[in-house]
Amino acid sequence: MSSHKSDTSLAASAPVAVDSMLAIWEKVSACMQCGTCTGSCPNAHAMDVTPRQLWRMVLLGLKEEIFNSKTFWLCSSCYYCTLRCPRGLPLTETIGALKRAAVAEGIFSDKKSPAFYRTFLDTVRRYGRVREMEMMTRYFVSLKNPITPFGFTSLGIKLMVKGKLSPQMPSFFGKRKLDAMYKKVQEVEARS
Amino acid sequence: MKYFYYPGCSLEGTAIEYDASTRAVMRSLGVELIEVEDWTCCGASAGDVASYLLTMVLPARNLALAQRTGVDADLLVPCSSCYLNLRKVEDHVKQNDKLLRDINQVLAEEQLAYKSGIRIRHLMDVMANDIGPEKLREQTKHKLSGIRVAPYYGCQALRPYATFDDPERPKSMEPLIEALGAEVHHWSMGPKCCGAGLMTTKKYVALESVGQILKAARGADCIVTICPMCQMNLDSYQRKVSKNAGEDLTISILYLPQLIGLALGLSEEELKVKSNFVFTRPLQEKLRAMSCALSAAS
Repeated sequence: MSSHKSDTSLAASAPVAVDSMLAIWEKVSACMQCGTCTGSCPNAHAMDVTPRQLWRMVLLGLKEEIFNSKTFWLCSSCYYCTLRCPRGLPLTETIGALKRAAVAEGIFSDKKSPAFYRTFLDTVRRYGRVREMEMMTRYFVSLKNPITPFGFTSLGIKLMVKGKLSPQMPSFFGKRKLDAMYKKVQEVEARS
Repeated sequence: MKYFYYPGCSLEGTAIEYDASTRAVMRSLGVELIEVEDWTCCGASAGDVASYLLTMVLPARNLALAQRTGVDADLLVPCSSCYLNLRKVEDHVKQNDKLLRDINQVLAEEQLAYKSGIRIRHLMDVMANDIGPEKLREQTKHKLSGIRVAPYYGCQALRPYATFDDPERPKSMEPLIEALGAEVHHWSMGPKCCGAGLMTTKKYVALESVGQILKAARGADCIVTICPMCQMNLDSYQRKVSKNAGEDLTISILYLPQLIGLALGLSEEELKVKSNFVFTRPLQEKLRAMSCALSAAS
């Protein structure tokens, strides 16, 4: 880590995610604020902070504001910004890194998206593949909101009629398929 | 011609018709598919929130499984999200030696090893460039004359890796559609985003994207897709999208191999055409008029 970078307000303010925020800072440090990303984003209309503004906030180290914005949870990974960025910055991947940093710090305005992704990865850890029916059930339980599932009832029923959802029995016992790999990932990441 | 085949989780669930029609069409074209044994999830976009290394290890496990067989073949992937995740591993390890070592440290837990070099191919790429329109023209039993097809590519087969088509103005599907005797619906929505996973977490945003696509498809008999997420988003919410738009936007959303299979004379069971939610009556009637193997209208 070079000294001029650790002088940024980013490094001074956040002991937990200093490394990840510095890595994010580095990814977008060449941003020239042209706004091509915002103009290319299909979801910018629903964002509280536009992608261009988000990169500026990263460079200014406005961590709280970044993590409290909805912007990166509204990314649908279409890669238009990455494709068109005149500086060739990996913007879609940077959004991914921001999601990780927000979850690691426990700051996010949006409860649903992290819950969904976590449930997804737990299902994969257990079975190796996604079992949609069980995953959605566990996602709804994790939200602790009795209303959310109703938004998906008609889709669920349609899928079942078409034979696209098998109500497999969850197996909470026995060896989890990808446990060893998941544990090793944690170990290797902790080391580096 | 033979390929490793990585179906991915969606093709076992919400996209069973994509799996069935891909296998059926490939069989009928004399292409051998070797399913990667014991394959597991590619991580989809969920790995993002947990760990970067995990987003690399999950797809790499599948590449290592294919490589372990010693067979020299490209890996065929029908799902655009799986395709991108698998491609990303190849791309990232080329720029980062330490990453390759880290991945292999983790894979060693399963006595697997991954080395760069396996070619990952989207079904769209293989159809357009390895099989090609000529072969399809020869094999077509029922010309799909008078059927207007809107080619929809979605995002991740085209971007960020522009391997086999223009990521802004894709065209690879057009010669194939014409080879089957059908007509191309020219529009600008081919490479646009369907909202992807936002349909689960931010439905109002994804519905907006789907609405724009369905509106631009007016005049076409069907939209043809090459991605399970796109198909599901375009197919599942048409009533709601029509209600929001104040007009009927109902349209059939077929997978590319389903359309090809219909022209090749494969049966509706083989292609699982009744597994799609919407199968409009006008399209069914047109197909039946061309003596495609369809049962009575439903």
